[in-house]
Amino acid sequence: MPWMRAALIWAVVAGAIVVSLAVAATSPLLAWRGPVYVVAGFAGVLALALVLLQPLLAAGYLPGLPVPRGRRVHRWVGAALVAAIIIHVAGLWLTSPPDVVDALLFDSPTPFSAWGVVAMWAAFAAALLAALRRPLRIRPRLWRLGHAVLVVLVVLCGVVHALLIEGTMGSVSKLVLCALVVAATAVALFDLRAAMLLTRPKPQDRHL
Amino acid sequence: MLSISTTRRGLLAAGAAFGATVLTEGAPTIIQPAQAQGLAPTGSMRGGANNYRPNAPIVQRIGNGGFWMSGTVRRAVDGAPLPGIRIQIWAHTTEGYETDAHSHGATLTDANGVFRLEMPQIIPAFGQAHGHLAYDDDAFQTVFLRPVMQSSRDKSLKADFVLQSA
Repeated sequence: MPWMRAALIWAVVAGAIVVSLAVAATSPLLAWRGPVYVVAGFAGVLALALVLLQPLLAAGYLPGLPVPRGRRVHRWVGAALVAAIIIHVAGLWLTSPPDVVDALLFDSPTPFSAWGVVAMWAAFAAALLAALRRPLRIRPRLWRLGHAVLVVLVVLCGVVHALLIEGTMGSVSKLVLCALVVAATAVALFDLRAAMLLTRPKPQDRHL
Repeated sequence: MLSISTTRRGLLAAGAAFGATVLTEGAPTIIQPAQAQGLAPTGSMRGGANNYRPNAPIVQRIGNGGFWMSGTVRRAVDGAPLPGIRIQIWAHTTEGYETDAHSHGATLTDANGVFRLEMPQIIPAFGQAHGHLAYDDDAFQTVFLRPVMQSSRDKSLKADFVLQSA
């Protein structure tokens, strides 16, 4: 029954995202935060949710969004992810400037800040590489390997960043969302043979 | 003369005995030069000075209270308690951000070098439930502390200062 499979995939993905956002939206911590801080925190939760969608879209796993269409959506979600990260950092900056300056300079007392900053730069670089791929005629081999390596950094550093934080996200929904993000990325990269680029000889370029 | 066994078994036994001594009784003074010269001064913590407001007023209580920040202030080397030392305290609490003036307050140590100031409940901010304390007067070198709460449900937090002459 393919429709059941489709429904199940969408239910798991949408469920993980909606529940994570709903738990964060009802966090008691929100009572002691102003609108800017609330938006900044939410942008972070949303960014993690978008990171879950990215490998699923890139590999065409989401029913109704196979590869050509899924890839187009992947580009838009990528742009939204960059925007969410910018809102996250800008909002935190407005809330407590010295804490964000420390984080960006890798001089923060909180261990999770550095992970977040690495994930941020990796996400920006992955998006920039995607944007420059056609104008600069970046070779397919370099493009795929570069995007894959950066994406692995985004996922691993982003997940560590999220898990170490005591914030508005619920601990269970956060753990589930992070596990799904890691699993989806690993399966998609394996499926798309991203790692093969490291072992296969050059002629494969022609087929990419 | 002290006889030192140079067999493998002898060296292992001696090494294990030394390790056990360090674990149970602390390192001998020969590998702790700072201790050998007396009480070492407290260094500032990373990010400790974030959102500091010089000259925050001395207050009986910050806001409506409900949470206790306490600690001791001693002099480096001899460890003598320091009375009348001004300590500023601030945090993100149920009543305001670290950047808000009303989240800051200062208090003085008593005759035993102990300070204790009631303040609103500290809540996790920027991913961690933490407080800030500062010593920033002329007599001793400035120290900024940023202790982290074991649990964000804690109702108190402690931080101790060992100050070094300016």
